[in-house]
Amino acid sequence: MLKTVADLRARGDLAAISDLVPYARTIGIELLRDERGLLTALRFREHNIGNFVVRAIHGGVVGALLEHAAMMHLLVETDVQVVPRIINVSIDYLRPCRAEDTFARGSIIRQGRTVANVRITAWQGADSGRLVAAAHAHFLLT
Amino acid sequence: MTPANLPDLARVVAAFASIPHCRLLGMRLEEVRRGSGMMSLDWSERLVGNPVTRVIHSGAVTALLDTLCGLVVMASVPEGTPLATLDLRIDYLRPATPEKRIRATAECYKVTHSVAFVHGRAFNDDAADAIAHCTGTFMLGGVGFSAAAAGNDEPGAGRSEGGQPC
Repeated sequence: MLKTVADLRARGDLAAISDLVPYARTIGIELLRDERGLLTALRFREHNIGNFVVRAIHGGVVGALLEHAAMMHLLVETDVQVVPRIINVSIDYLRPCRAEDTFARGSIIRQGRTVANVRITAWQGADSGRLVAAAHAHFLLT
Repeated sequence: MTPANLPDLARVVAAFASIPHCRLLGMRLEEVRRGSGMMSLDWSERLVGNPVTRVIHSGAVTALLDTLCGLVVMASVPEGTPLATLDLRIDYLRPATPEKRIRATAECYKVTHSVAFVHGRAFNDDAADAIAHCTGTFMLGGVGFSAAAAGNDEPGAGRSEGGQPC
């Protein structure tokens, strides 16, 4: 999988990298790039609703977006030698996640030889406008 | 009616059945009681996170645990209380076994005026050989998803400062 990711990254084919993960396709993840780097988008899909009364996206899928954004950040933006494995994640839910596209970006706090500590934020609206969730996660790199 | 005005458990089951994302992933609510519950999620190709190992994506386990924790809180607080997830911390102890069903159990071990505390775990066959452990806190009384609201179109009352309605 790493070699495939490296080849696709060299070609700049983010869509093909995203498509490697069946679960990402299932929930509606798209990988994008802007001036600040990799951006992970969770496109709005009716099937991601967790609360039909207030029409909010399911908290679990928001958590999944944050985890996936961290994982994709490590795979695409660093030169990890193995597929990172998640050790733990701590998710803070800040605001209701509305029925619209949601974006997430990871940043590495510290990357050692065996563990990476990644912070992730998720927001909705333009200009990183409305912060909906934040997380930090540890990944095993051996 | 119980002294604490707790919801009819059938309403909690109805609330679960109304959640589109749970249907998408194929979650099943096996059991819900006051303060505890059990759910399951069958392995499926479309939930795979690593196409080489075919291990289910950690995000699907997160969604399972988040759902179960929320439902267990719903069954543990007075009927009609809106809930919102404040935080969820998950330790992934081992990869889930490919092609095996995942089960999850959770207990709500403390309810205060405004916060409920929950612990959960996910495993394949053996509860002692957990895939993941989680702790979650839920705010009570903001905008959220109450057992009473399931089945009608009335939005939850009040406004919450934060949290994810559940």
